[in-house]
Amino acid sequence: MNKSAQEAFDNLTETVGDAQVDKPKMRTENVNVFYGTNQAIHDVSLDIGNNEVVAMIGPSGCGKSTFLRCLNRMNDTIPSCRVEGSITLDGEDLYGPDLDPVLLRARVGMVFQKPNPFAKSIYDNVAYGPRIHGLSSNRAELDDIVTDSLKKAGLFDEVKNRLDAPGTSLSGGQQQRLCIARSIAVSPEVILMDEPCSALDPIATARIEELIDELRQNFAIAIVTHSMQQAARVSQRTAYFHLGKLVEVNDTKAVFTNPQHELTENYITGRFG
Amino acid sequence: MSATTLVLVAIALAALSFAYGRMQAFQVASKHGGMKSMHSLPSHYGMMVALWCALPALAIIIGWKLIEPTVISSVLDGSIPQEIVDAGPKTIELYKNDIGNLVDSDKISGIADAGKKLAAEKLRGLRHISSVALMILALCVAVVGASLALKRIKPNTRARVTVEKIVRFFLIGSASIAILTTVGIVASVIFESLRFFQQVDFFDFVAGTQWSPQTAIRADQAGSSGSFGAVPLFVGTLLISFIAMIVAVPFGLLSAIYLAEYASRRVRSIVKPLLEILAGIPTVVYGFFAALTVAPAIRHVGESIGLSVSSESALAAGAVMGIMIIPFVSSLSDDVITAVPQAMRDGSYGLGSTKSETIRQVVIPAALPGIVGGILLAASRAIGETMIVVMAAGLAAKITANPLEAVTTVTVQIVTLLTGDQEFDSAKTLAAFALGLMLFVVTLCLNVIALQVVRKYREQYE
Amino acid sequence: MSADKSITDTTTLVRRSLAKRHAAEKRFRAYGIFAIVASLSFLVILLVSIISKGLPAFKATYVNLDINLSAEALGVSESPDRTELRSASYNTVIRESLRELFPEASSRREKKDLYALVSNGAEYDLFDLVIENPEIIGTTFSLWVLADDEMGSVIKNGDDLTNPENIVTRMNENQLSWAKKLQDDGRLDVRFNTAFFENGDSREPELAGIKAALIGSAFTLLITFSLSFPIAVAAAIYLEEFAPQNRWTDVVEVNINNLAAVPSIVFGLLGLAVFINYFHLPRSAPVVGGIVLSLMTLPTIIISSRAALKAVPPSIREAARGLGASDLQVVTHHVLPLAMPGILTGTIIGLAQALGETAPLLMIGMVAFIVDIPQSVTDSATVLPVQVFLWADSPERAFVEKTSAAIMVLLAFLVAMNAVAVFLRKRFERRW
Repeated sequence: MNKSAQEAFDNLTETVGDAQVDKPKMRTENVNVFYGTNQAIHDVSLDIGNNEVVAMIGPSGCGKSTFLRCLNRMNDTIPSCRVEGSITLDGEDLYGPDLDPVLLRARVGMVFQKPNPFAKSIYDNVAYGPRIHGLSSNRAELDDIVTDSLKKAGLFDEVKNRLDAPGTSLSGGQQQRLCIARSIAVSPEVILMDEPCSALDPIATARIEELIDELRQNFAIAIVTHSMQQAARVSQRTAYFHLGKLVEVNDTKAVFTNPQHELTENYITGRFG
Repeated sequence: MSATTLVLVAIALAALSFAYGRMQAFQVASKHGGMKSMHSLPSHYGMMVALWCALPALAIIIGWKLIEPTVISSVLDGSIPQEIVDAGPKTIELYKNDIGNLVDSDKISGIADAGKKLAAEKLRGLRHISSVALMILALCVAVVGASLALKRIKPNTRARVTVEKIVRFFLIGSASIAILTTVGIVASVIFESLRFFQQVDFFDFVAGTQWSPQTAIRADQAGSSGSFGAVPLFVGTLLISFIAMIVAVPFGLLSAIYLAEYASRRVRSIVKPLLEILAGIPTVVYGFFAALTVAPAIRHVGESIGLSVSSESALAAGAVMGIMIIPFVSSLSDDVITAVPQAMRDGSYGLGSTKSETIRQVVIPAALPGIVGGILLAASRAIGETMIVVMAAGLAAKITANPLEAVTTVTVQIVTLLTGDQEFDSAKTLAAFALGLMLFVVTLCLNVIALQVVRKYREQYE
Repeated sequence: MSADKSITDTTTLVRRSLAKRHAAEKRFRAYGIFAIVASLSFLVILLVSIISKGLPAFKATYVNLDINLSAEALGVSESPDRTELRSASYNTVIRESLRELFPEASSRREKKDLYALVSNGAEYDLFDLVIENPEIIGTTFSLWVLADDEMGSVIKNGDDLTNPENIVTRMNENQLSWAKKLQDDGRLDVRFNTAFFENGDSREPELAGIKAALIGSAFTLLITFSLSFPIAVAAAIYLEEFAPQNRWTDVVEVNINNLAAVPSIVFGLLGLAVFINYFHLPRSAPVVGGIVLSLMTLPTIIISSRAALKAVPPSIREAARGLGASDLQVVTHHVLPLAMPGILTGTIIGLAQALGETAPLLMIGMVAFIVDIPQSVTDSATVLPVQVFLWADSPERAFVEKTSAAIMVLLAFLVAMNAVAVFLRKRFERRW
C-alpha cells in the first residue's frame, strides 16, 4: 500500500456508495467482529436484496469471509469470536435471544470454499437436510426434493443413474454442485457462497457461475470471491472490503468501470491484491 | 571367571583401548603435521581400536558359550555308568540334568553314589577348564586385536569409514531383531504345535467339544488318551471378549465423542489422561479386583434377585476386562473422529443441523472405518488378555452362553498347562503351544486387518 | 414449487421439530458425560477398593513378652558356642513366657491356642538377638515380637475386645479374652510394618514381604532396559534416518506394528520354547524374564523413538550436513540429542508396561515361592505383579491386605515412572 492509499484507508470512516436497498432480505448495520481482542470487522453495514447476487471482493485477509459467516452464525463454532451490531433477516434480529441458529441456517444456506460432500451416497447427501429438518413426510416427497434440487443445481443428468454412488466419487466441480444441491434441498431464502470456485478448474467454474445466475430467480445470494472477473460476471452489486472495513459498495458495473474510492481503484487496477 | 564378568572385562578393555587409541592418534598426527593431515578424528581412531578389541573377543565368548554345553555333554558321555546308558537316552538326559544340578548347587561332597560323584567331579573339572581356556583366549584376542588396530593409526587410514560401517551394521541388526522376534514366535509355536498334532488329530483339536487335558498324563495307558477338544475354550474366550466389548465400546465411543466434539480444551486435557490411567493399570490388578470385588458383588446381586451365579463368572471377568479396554476404544476413536475434516462438520452446520445430528449422521459415518479398526484392535486385545481371566474366569471348560457361569479361555488354559511341573514331551504341555498358535493367528489376523483399515482411513483424509 | 410456498413450508416445518431436536441434542450430550463419569468412577472404585483393603498391611501388631532366657530353657550349656546356639530351642522360651502370662491355659488344646497368638517369626527374632549378643543368656528382659495375623488384624482394625461377639475373626473365645488382657496390660502395640518391606515371601501372612519381589523386579527391569533401550534406539535410527524406501523396510515396519499388538502371553511361549528349552537359560531367573520383556517392549520404544526422531526438523540435518558432517555424525551429534527427551519418555512408558506385566513371566517359571532375596540376575526370583498374583491365590484372609498393599506399591512405582515421563515431556518439549 502506498502512502496516499494508507492515508485514504486511515481516513475511511464511511462506506462509499449505497449500502442499503429497498426491501432488503438481509440488512446489516454497524457490524463489528472480534477474535479475542483482535478486531476483524470494523463497522460494516450492507444489505442483501431479494433475487440479487451481492459479490464481496477484496484482498485476502480483508474480512469478507468472516463477514459472510456472520450472516448465518457459522462463527458460533469459534469460541473466541464475538459479533456486535445488528444483522436482520426479514427484520428479525439474527443475534436476538429468540432466534434459533438451527432454524436460521435452514433459512440461510451456505456453500463452502472446498467442496465438502459427506461420506454418504449422492442421494443421501442431498436428502440429509430435508431429513434432519423433517421436510418430507414420505419417501416419494423426499425423492422429489432430491431430484428437484439436483436438477436446479444442474447435476441431475450427470448422476441420475448412480444416486447410490458415494458423493466423494464425483469430480471437484460436480462435488461443488452437489453441495449447492444439498443447500437448495432445504429451500433456504438466502444462499451464502464462500469462494465456491476457488478449488475448481475454469470449465467447472463456468458451470457454477451459470448456475448462480439461474439460482438468483429463487434466492438471494451473497458470494465471496477473490476473482474480480467472477464478481463482474455473476453479481448485480459488489462490495469491496479492505482490512476489515467495507470501503465501497455499488452496482457491479459502476464499481468496475468507475470506482469512487482510491483503494477500490487501486485494487481493481491491480495495484495490490 | 563367569561369562558376565568376562564380558564386563572385555568392555573395560575396549574403553581403555579407546582412550589409548585416541591418544595415539594425537601423537601420530603431531608427527605428520597436525590433525589436518589425518583422515579421521582422533575419536574415530579410538573407536576403531576399541571395536577391534571388543568385537572379536565378544564373538568368541558368545560362540564359546553356545557350543560349550554340547561339547562338555559329549565329553561327559564317557563317565556315565553303563547301566544308565543301557536305560536309554531319556534316562541319560535325566542323569546329566541331575549331575548338572548337583554341581550348580555345589553339593558334590554330599553325593553318596560313587559313580555319580565321579561324573560330577569330572563335569566340574571340565567346566573349570573350559572357563579358564575361554578367559585366556578371549583376553588374548582382545589384546591382539587392539594392538593390531593401534598399528593402523596412520594418516591415510579411513578410521571413520570403518567405524561407521560397523555402526551401521549394528543399526541394521537392531532393526532386524523385530523380525527375528516374529520368526522366533512363529517357529516356537509352530514347531511345538506340530509335535502336538502328531499325537492329537488337528480336527479333533479345533472341533472337539471335550476338553480334559489332565488325563493325558497317562497317555501310555490303553484307552485314555486325554481329550483335547478346544471348542469350549474358544466359546469361553468369545463369550468373555464379547462381554468386554459390550462394556468397552459404548463407554469408550461415547467418551471419545464427548471429548472430541463437546469438551473444552481444559476438560479434555484433564479427562483424557485420567482415562488413560485405566489402560496403565497392570492387568493383574484388574484380575484381583474382578475376583475379589466384582465377582462377589455380581453374585450378591444375582442371588438377591434369585439367579444362580457361580463364584467365578464370565460376567465378572468380561466386565472388568471391558473397563480395562475403555481407554483403547476411546483414544483410538478420538484420533479418528478428530481426523474427520472440519469442512465436513461446517457443511452440516451450514444446513442447520444440530451438533448431535452432525456427529451422528455426518462425523461418525465418515469415521466409521477408523472406529471399526479401533474396535478390532480392542477385540484382539480382549482375546489375548490373560491375567484377568486367569484370576476371575475359572477353569471349567463348558460350552455355554450364560454369562453367569464360569467358563475358561484359551489363555487361562495356556497358563494352567504350563505352570507347575512340566514334561516337555507330553501332549498336555504341547497343547499349550497349539493353543498359543491359535491365539497368535487369530490376534494377528485381527491386527493386520485393523491396522490396514485404519491406515486406509487415514490416507483418505490426509 | 414456488419460492414463496417453500419458504413458509421450511420455516414452519423446521420450527415444529425444533424442540424435539434440541431435546435430542441435550440427551446425546448427557450420554457422553455419563460415559466419562462412569468410566472415571470405575477407576475411583478400583482404587478406593484396593487402597481401603491394602492400608492395614502397612501396620503390624506387636506383642510385648517377658523373656526369661535361661540356658536351661534354650537347651544349651552354660557357655554355649555358636553351633549350639544355632540349634537352640528358642520356641520353648517364647512359649514359656506366654504360659507365664496366662497360666490358666492348661490343656493341650488351650496351650496350642495360646501359642498361636504370636507369630512363628518371633523365634527368629529371638534367635537373631541371641546370636548377636550371646551375653544376654541368663538374663530376663522384655521383647516386642510380631503377633500372629489373626490377632494382629483384630488389634490393627481397632476392634472393641470388650464386645467380642461383634468381631469377625477366626480367634476363639479364649484367645479373644487373652488378647483383651494383653491389650489391658499395655502389651500390644501397632507399629509401621517394616517386615513388609524387609522380607521375602512367606506362608505366614504376617511375615510375608515384598522385598524379594521388588529386587526381582529391579533385576528384571535392569535387563529389560539394558537390552531394549540400545536396540530400540538403534532400530529407530536405522528406520528413520538410514533405511532405504523398499519392500524390506516396509516389512520391518508392518512387523513392528503387529508385534506391538501380539498378546503378551505369546511372548511368554517364545521365552519358554527358545530361551529355556533351547538355550537352557535358567528357569525363573530375571535374566530370561528381562529378555522376554525387552522383546515385548521393543516395539513400544521403537515406535515412540521414531516419532521423536521424526519431530526433529530436516533443516537441522541439512545444516549439519552442510558443515561436512557424515550421516552418522549428523545423527549422533545433532538429531539424537534433540530427540532424546522423547525417546526417554517412550522408554519409561515401555518400562512401566514391562513392570506391570505378569502373564509372560508365568510361562518362564517366575511364579516360584521366593523367600530369599535374589542376589543376581540368574537366581530364582519373582517380580511384584507375580507376587500379587501368588498372594491373590492364597486362602488366608490376611493375604488380601498384603495383595492390596503390594498392588499399592506397584502402582506407586508406575505413577512415579509416568510422572517422570510426563515431566520429561513437559520440560523438554520443543516446538519447531
